[in-house]
Amino acid sequence: MENKLREKARELLESGEAGVVIGYGWNRSKTRTTPVFITKSEDADQLIFNPLCVNNLSVYLTRKFKDIKALGRPAIVAKGCDIRNIVVLITEAQIKREDVFIIGMTCEGVVYRQDLWKGGLDPKTMPVKCHNCDVRNPHVADFTIGARSAFVPPEEPTGMVFDRIKEIDKKPASEKWAFWIKEFSRCVKCYACRQVCSLCYCERCITEKNMPQWIETSAHPRGNLSWNLTRAMHLVGRCTFCGECERACPVNIPLNLINQKMIGVVNDAFEFRSGYDEKTHPPMIVFKPDDKDDFIK
Amino acid sequence: MTAELEKIEERAGGFEPKIMAFVCNWCTYAGADLAGTSRMEYRPNVRIIKLPCTGRIDPLFIIKAFENGADGVLVSGCHPGDCHYTTGNYHARRRWIGFKHLLEFAGIDMRRLHFSWVSASEAIKWVDLINNVTDEVKALGPFMEYRELKDTTAG
Repeated sequence: MENKLREKARELLESGEAGVVIGYGWNRSKTRTTPVFITKSEDADQLIFNPLCVNNLSVYLTRKFKDIKALGRPAIVAKGCDIRNIVVLITEAQIKREDVFIIGMTCEGVVYRQDLWKGGLDPKTMPVKCHNCDVRNPHVADFTIGARSAFVPPEEPTGMVFDRIKEIDKKPASEKWAFWIKEFSRCVKCYACRQVCSLCYCERCITEKNMPQWIETSAHPRGNLSWNLTRAMHLVGRCTFCGECERACPVNIPLNLINQKMIGVVNDAFEFRSGYDEKTHPPMIVFKPDDKDDFIK
Repeated sequence: MTAELEKIEERAGGFEPKIMAFVCNWCTYAGADLAGTSRMEYRPNVRIIKLPCTGRIDPLFIIKAFENGADGVLVSGCHPGDCHYTTGNYHARRRWIGFKHLLEFAGIDMRRLHFSWVSASEAIKWVDLINNVTDEVKALGPFMEYRELKDTTAG
């Protein structure tokens, strides 16, 4: 798999089809993977692919990274879940389909935390998204590497995130409030959730606008609440549940719960799941005259 | 803080909620205007902010209203199909569907946040709406959970 990947990367760089190959490489001690940007074909041997490749590299295709854009047409090593983010970027006109070469990797799952990895694949260390993955075979790709996965996701999504959402839904409002205020109170406003997200690509984030100051920047509960609500709101109908925000969060705020909750809401209300079709508009920029509005009196 | 506020409210003769209303210029504001010119009486607790269209109402406005001490928020605009800009309220509706569920999930009492369609001729509906919302929020009491966030430090 890796040899084929390196071969393809070399071929793309030599033919000039790609200016840069965005992929995964080892860190120095070979304990974690780190993003690598290959511009010379002789460096292609740095590319690897294994269950440690959990990072969603599609963030490097956004306008947040102008220096990477300057390297030329990107080719990106992407798992199915990463491709879903690339598809959202295409539907939102952030990148043209023909402007990116997607090297799709078939994937049997990744590890949620890289330090838990002991070689091979253990379902216990796999994130919830992998257990419910229906894109183990890349759905949009220019070139696919790897043996076809025969995995069929369970009909009802399963996993801790879904159980906890049901649990929270059952609670009365006051308990929900107490739960979230406690979780959000840990937020230190590092904005790692935003930086790691390939769909948070605004050049100037709402939280940096201070005329007026929409979101209080100090890390106290009121500002934390408005930041986290706003972040979640801006991802409604767009988030693909790649889980990078929660993984990046230094204080372990369960952002996956909010994101997955909103994915469920969008699916129920608009029958839309983001990241599958690059020709369908995202739900928040279109409408149907008969959208359900039973709560509007 | 709570005790202090209660004292002030006692002196003033009971708790009067602050209701923030975000309304569209073409329907709901005109409806409220009609209520005024028709000399209809309704609860004075509502503070109206007029916007060009419901599509202009950013969910952040609602968060900001709660942050600044609103006890209840009302969002209102043209009936579906009647938007002055053809489709603004359809887009707004989609946004509200998401936002309503988000706030509900975060534990904000949905009796404090109301959505309604009020046309330019529905002065009576507007009056009833404001009276009902005010009474409902009054029964709930001040939105202490949100106000207290200001005083708590990160822990």
